Amino acid sequence: MQSERQRGQFDPLKLVSTSRRETAASKEHEVAQVEAPLIEPAVVERALGRALGRGGEFAEIFVEDRRSTGVSLDNRKVEEVSSGRDRGAGIRVVVGDTTGFAHTADLSESGLLAAAEAAAAVARSGGPGVREIALEGRSVPSPSSVEIYPETITKTAKVELLLRADEAARASGAAIVQVSAGYGDSRRRIMVANSDGLLSFDDQVRTRLSVMCVASGDTGMQTGYETAAFTIGFELFDKVSVEETAQIAAHRALSKLAARPAPSGVVPVVIKSGTGGILFHEACGHGLEADHIVKDASAYRGLLGELVASPLVTLVDDGTVSDEWGSTAIDDEGKPTQRNVLIENGILTDYMWDFLRARKQGRVSSGNGRRQSYQHLPMVRMTNTYLLAGQDDPEEIVAQTDRGVYVAHLGGGQVNTATGDFVFGMTEAYLIEDGKITEPLRDANLIGNGPDVLRKIDAVGNDFGMCPGTCGKDGQSVPVGCGQPTLRVTGVTVGGTADA
Amino acid sequence: MPELLELAERIAGAARPGEQVEAYVSRERETDVRVYRGEIETLSTAESAGVGVRVVIKGRQGFAYVGDLDEARAREALEEARDNASFATPDEHVGLAVPDGHAVTTLDLWDDALSEVSTAEKVELAMALERLVREGDGRIREVVSTDYGDGQGEVAIASSAGISSTTRQTSCYLSADAVAGEGDDTQTGVGYSVGRGFSDIDLAVAAHDAIDRATRLLGAKKPNSARLNVVFDRRVTATLLSVLARTLSGEDVAKGRSLFAGRLGEEVGNTALVLVDDPTNALAYGAAAVDAEGLACRRNVLIENGRLVSYLYDTYSGRLAGTSSTASAVRGGFKSTPGVGARALSLQPGDLDQAAILEFIGEGLFVQEISGVHSGVNGVSGDFSVGAEGVMIRDGRLAEPVREITIASTIQRMLQHVLAIGNDVEWLPSAAAGLTLAIGDVAMSGE
Repeated sequence: MQSERQRGQFDPLKLVSTSRRETAASKEHEVAQVEAPLIEPAVVERALGRALGRGGEFAEIFVEDRRSTGVSLDNRKVEEVSSGRDRGAGIRVVVGDTTGFAHTADLSESGLLAAAEAAAAVARSGGPGVREIALEGRSVPSPSSVEIYPETITKTAKVELLLRADEAARASGAAIVQVSAGYGDSRRRIMVANSDGLLSFDDQVRTRLSVMCVASGDTGMQTGYETAAFTIGFELFDKVSVEETAQIAAHRALSKLAARPAPSGVVPVVIKSGTGGILFHEACGHGLEADHIVKDASAYRGLLGELVASPLVTLVDDGTVSDEWGSTAIDDEGKPTQRNVLIENGILTDYMWDFLRARKQGRVSSGNGRRQSYQHLPMVRMTNTYLLAGQDDPEEIVAQTDRGVYVAHLGGGQVNTATGDFVFGMTEAYLIEDGKITEPLRDANLIGNGPDVLRKIDAVGNDFGMCPGTCGKDGQSVPVGCGQPTLRVTGVTVGGTADA
Repeated sequence: MPELLELAERIAGAARPGEQVEAYVSRERETDVRVYRGEIETLSTAESAGVGVRVVIKGRQGFAYVGDLDEARAREALEEARDNASFATPDEHVGLAVPDGHAVTTLDLWDDALSEVSTAEKVELAMALERLVREGDGRIREVVSTDYGDGQGEVAIASSAGISSTTRQTSCYLSADAVAGEGDDTQTGVGYSVGRGFSDIDLAVAAHDAIDRATRLLGAKKPNSARLNVVFDRRVTATLLSVLARTLSGEDVAKGRSLFAGRLGEEVGNTALVLVDDPTNALAYGAAAVDAEGLACRRNVLIENGRLVSYLYDTYSGRLAGTSSTASAVRGGFKSTPGVGARALSLQPGDLDQAAILEFIGEGLFVQEISGVHSGVNGVSGDFSVGAEGVMIRDGRLAEPVREITIASTIQRMLQHVLAIGNDVEWLPSAAAGLTLAIGDVAMSGE
């Protein structure tokens, strides 16, 4: 429901990238088949021509063929192996400030022409007709290199990973009473063509493993979660240890069995590198999306060139980071992804743009036009958003904090871009007392105001970590990455129940 | 509609000896209009459909789906599901739903007139709402988006275990996302109206709601931390009930992943609490005649006078727990297998309206909106900590607005500390009904 929508939400799909080991990838696996184009360019040209037949100014066809496999293990059993196929095209027609959109699962010429007619219905100025479109194909290299296409791996091998994860998690402690684990891979081939003559392709592979543990003790039950996810193939498991991923999830649950309630009130917070990137995704990432800016629904509107954060903050959104969860060769409008500096030494340098918002401002897209599937319209979305590393020793940052909270793992968050108020949930945290990390804390949300929190960052570590996530906006979910070094915020409201 | 069931039955009919096959076939037609500053920003029309196939062979389940109604591809999905089943661990409790004799309630969830409404009328309705909100209060600075949407959904489920069912429903919504400003201060509010058909939409309610919610918080400050009593707005209560329902999933309980595991028959809350999930109530947004496995939906009492009397089950979790399905299977569409969920939760209403509850509470916090529910509520440990905004209650009345706070407790404590239940039941576009609810002894974190 639109009315129940949340303006920017980050869901917990996290990982640690610190445990990636470099090993020689196996070459024994067969190379995946090269498949034919999704639709013949000549057919696409005719459909685009029809889409503009009623007087539209711009037309675009987005074609997608996505295959996925999932395996789930729960309660010591392989519960389910599933496979899916989604295939279709979305067509949009733009007239002035109006966009017409239709999608179809029928990729025949007649199916595409019918969708083109439906999308064109918003343009009424011209009579029925056809415009000539000539497409020019271009190839954009992928930032991620896939060595082992997941479809070449047997389901048995995928099942085996989860059994190993279950065993490793249970071996972490007798208090681990429940383990569930999930494996997923997908291959998404897309083709984007538009009436400006653009014709672009991408072949996107994603592989992930997640483990959730429940630990039970005298004080009740606690949960721990961990994910490894990259835009690479099955060689993921040569680089990331399944056992280590499971152990991290188990440790996270076990450590909280002795946890005390988190404090209630404003305290200094040190956030460990990795999942803390969720802070920036919520505190300013969504607010720097141009659709919120042009509609006066962002706390960062009108602040270009101004100091909006501590000078220690340099924030980047970059869809070209090799192998990361939010990386692709092109965005879902056919624009090659790029590295965009959003905040440099605390000064706001730019927003993120998609095709339509950029066109209106007479500039080019920053490669941030993304969509969940061919059934959705693209909009401005983040790719991999991260804070660059600074100078401070992470251990020193903790040592120089008298009393506060050390957040080792964040679980997700949500923001209201118009007010800048955002929350993020800590799923592994400890008290800092006299410069030392001491007792574990129970889960709680933290709340802050984006521009305010960015100014209160007074230490940025020389380490760095990324994590994968699923970002929800206006009912659409897309895979994103985020990252940061260890950092300290001088004061954030921690939403626990104990006196601060 | 008949063609969906025929397709489902043909796929289910392909079951081999010793195997069970279920086909879930669905089709949706949708129109979505977004307007901005008196112009159509986007207009989408779409039809989507697909087939999800489950196969169970000797206690092993496999699943596959295809995103269209092409029979050849649906049969490929059946083959794929069959193959997938061979990799599952055998589990004696795995199996498809078997008809259990419960009669299907006749529910009229389909508005024929919806398909007669022209696109122009839909656009005009959205534009009218945008005008009402923009002009309704001088402090409304922007209406970020005004959306009209409607949908017609049809589902057919057939299985070799004897299930053969169809359901269909229409829905319609209108919403506006408003930004109010005064000086440097900015606040937002969403107002909406929903129904089965076009004529159910109440323009005035949606406009008033958007304006009121956005302007009510203007001037909000961050208060000092305190331990206090809170009053939840109807919408917030509906969200909380949906969260509570997840902890009552028989599957999570059986797998030791719920704080309510092993507590059946025990007192879990204030004796005034009666929690029911009744999808056969046509007023509920989530009303349904049959569940996602094709069993007749029924009224399930979960908490009675504070005592936990039942969990929710689908077929698998029912068998796992040594009981039977409560017809509480839900699924996200043809792309997923069934899971357990509530559709139409409600608390038995009390006898006070919202004003009377505020007066009864005297001093505390009225919570208009919560955020971070996903990251801040843990159904296993019961820890509860969410972002909030609202208005302080002083002398029994709404006083100054507050923002950037969290409220925290545990689910267990909150159920014990129910202070008052409102009589203002409102069925909202969620799996639960809203009503005003007062809860005691909550930690509010601010400055």
